[in-house]
Amino acid sequence: MHEVRFSGFGGQGIVRCALITGKALAMYDDKYATMTQSFGPEARGGACSSQLVVSESRVQYPYVTEPGVLVALSQDAYNKYEPQLRDGGILIYEENLVKPIGDTGRTQVYPAPVTRFAEELGNRLFANLVTLGVFTAITRIVTPDAMKKALPGLVPDRFLPVNIKAFDRGYEYGLELLERHPLARGVAP
Amino acid sequence: MRKSAADPKGVLSGSHFLDGDHALAEGALAAGCRFFAGYPITPSTETAERFAERCPAVGGLFIQMEDEIASVAALIGAAWGGQKVMTVTSGPGFSLMMENIGLAVMTETPMVIANVQRAGPSTGLPTLPAQQDMMQVRWGSQGDYRVIALCPDSPQECFDLAVEAFNLSETYRVPTFIMTDETVGHMHEKVVIPPADQIGVVGRNWYQGPKADYRPYQFTGKDVAPMVKAGDGYRFHITGLTHDERGYPNLTVEQNEKVVTHLIEKIDSNADRIIRLDEDEIEGAEVVVISYGITSRIASRAVQLAREAGIKTGSLRLITIWPFAEKRIAELAGKIKGFVVPEINYGQMVREVERSAAGQCKVVGVGHCGGAVHDPEEILAAIQEAAK
Repeated sequence: MHEVRFSGFGGQGIVRCALITGKALAMYDDKYATMTQSFGPEARGGACSSQLVVSESRVQYPYVTEPGVLVALSQDAYNKYEPQLRDGGILIYEENLVKPIGDTGRTQVYPAPVTRFAEELGNRLFANLVTLGVFTAITRIVTPDAMKKALPGLVPDRFLPVNIKAFDRGYEYGLELLERHPLARGVAP
Repeated sequence: MRKSAADPKGVLSGSHFLDGDHALAEGALAAGCRFFAGYPITPSTETAERFAERCPAVGGLFIQMEDEIASVAALIGAAWGGQKVMTVTSGPGFSLMMENIGLAVMTETPMVIANVQRAGPSTGLPTLPAQQDMMQVRWGSQGDYRVIALCPDSPQECFDLAVEAFNLSETYRVPTFIMTDETVGHMHEKVVIPPADQIGVVGRNWYQGPKADYRPYQFTGKDVAPMVKAGDGYRFHITGLTHDERGYPNLTVEQNEKVVTHLIEKIDSNADRIIRLDEDEIEGAEVVVISYGITSRIASRAVQLAREAGIKTGSLRLITIWPFAEKRIAELAGKIKGFVVPEINYGQMVREVERSAAGQCKVVGVGHCGGAVHDPEEILAAIQEAAK
C-alpha cells in the first residue's frame, strides 16, 4: 500500500495531480486507488492538498495517515506536511518555491524546477504535469503509459499535446535525478 | 419488485474514476430518471452539474429552481407527469424541503432525494462531512409516516444505491433518500457501471384498466395503487388532505386511520424485503460495531486493530438506515457483550440500537461534532469498553 500527498497552493493543479494519478492507477494500472482532497476556500488559493491511497486490494480506510510520498509545490505546504512524511519517504519539491528546513537526511529529497520547465513550454500552468512526470519517474507507483492514458478528459483537449510534453519533460528529469541521487532507492516506501 | 433492463441511453457502461456525487447522477440516469429540479448547495452541487451536463444526450430535463421548497414541488408535479425524478441537497436545503417531502409522502409520490450531509446546525461547516440528519430524514416533516433511506460508503455504492433507491421508490410509492456525506460525495474511486441489460430497473407501475375505474390510491398496507399520467384523461385528485381512494378529501378520523396506517404498514410490512445489511465476522463476536456511510470505513480500521488485540469483533454496516434493522439487532443483542455505534453526530442511530437491544447488551456510542471523521483510536477504545 502507498500513501501519497500532493500539496501546494490553490490554483497550482494540486487536486488535478491526484485525480490524474488516481484515474491512471484505478483504470489503467489495475490498482485500487482512493483520492480525497481539500475542498473549500483552501482549494481556491490557500494551502491545498490532495491525497491518494493506493493498494492491490480494496481500500477501506480512505485517508492518508503517514504518507510515504510528499509532493510540495509551496513553502506553506512543505512546512505543514513535511513532518508527517515517514522516515525514508520520498519528498519531491519545487526547488524555486520551497526551501527545505531541518534534517533533510531523514527522507529521500528530490528538488525539481517544475515551474521553470512549465514556463519553457509556454505556461506555468503546466507545472503540475511536469511534477507528475517527476513523480512517476521517481516513485514508480504508477506507469507513465497509464498516466498519459488518464489525461484525456482531465486536461482540455486542445492542451493535451503540450501536457504530454510537460509530463515527458518531468519524467526525463525525474530519471536524471534518480541517477544523480546518492541515496536513491527510487521506490516509494 | 419486477425488474427489467435499464434503458441503454442513460447508462455510461464501463469503468470510471468518479466522485460519489457524480456517481449518484449516473445511478439516477441508469435507473431511468430524466427529471431533476434542484438548487445548488455545497457539497451536493456536483450531482446537479453532472445530471445537467448529461441531459442533452439522454433526453432529460434539468431545472434550477428558486429554492429547495420549489424543487420538491417540481418533483411531485413531474412524477405525476410520468417521470422518474430526483433532487440533491445538503444541510439548510434539506430543512427547506421538509414541507413538500410531507406532501410527497401523503400523495404517495415516488422520488429520490440525496442529502450529501455537511456539518450543521444551520450553515455550519459547508465543506465538511457529517451524519447529523439521520433523524431529520425520518421525522423531519410533520405527521406520522415512514420513508426509506439508504447510506452509501463509496462512489461505487452511490451508483448502486441510486439505482436501488429508484427501484424502492417506485415499488412503494414513497420518497426514498440517499443519505451520503461530504467525504463520500467528493471522494474519487473506480466506479464500474455494468452494461444496461445487467442493471435491473423497476419501471413505473402504469394503470391498465378502464379509465372510469382508475383509483390513484389503495389503502392495503402492503401494496400501492398503479399510477397514471396527469393529462391523459383520467379523473383523479392529488391533495395533502386526508383523502379517499380517488384522492378526494375525506376529512374523517376513520379515513385518516386508513391512510396513516397504510403509509406506515406499506413500509413496515415489507421491511425484511427492503433492509440490506453488510455483515462481517458476526458469528461468535463479542462486540459488534454498527456503522454506516463513511464512518464504516473509518471503523474498519478500529475493527482490524481490535481483532489484532484479540477481541472478537464483528461489523454490521447499515446499508438501509430506514426502515431500521431492529429485528437483526435485537437478535444479535442476546448473543454479544455489546454494540459500538460510531457516527458523526452526538447520538442518533445509537438510540435506535439501544431501543432494539432493549437492555440485552451494552451499547456504546462514539459521537463526533461533525466536520471530520473519527479517529479510529476512539472507536477502538469503545470496542475495548464494550468487550469488558
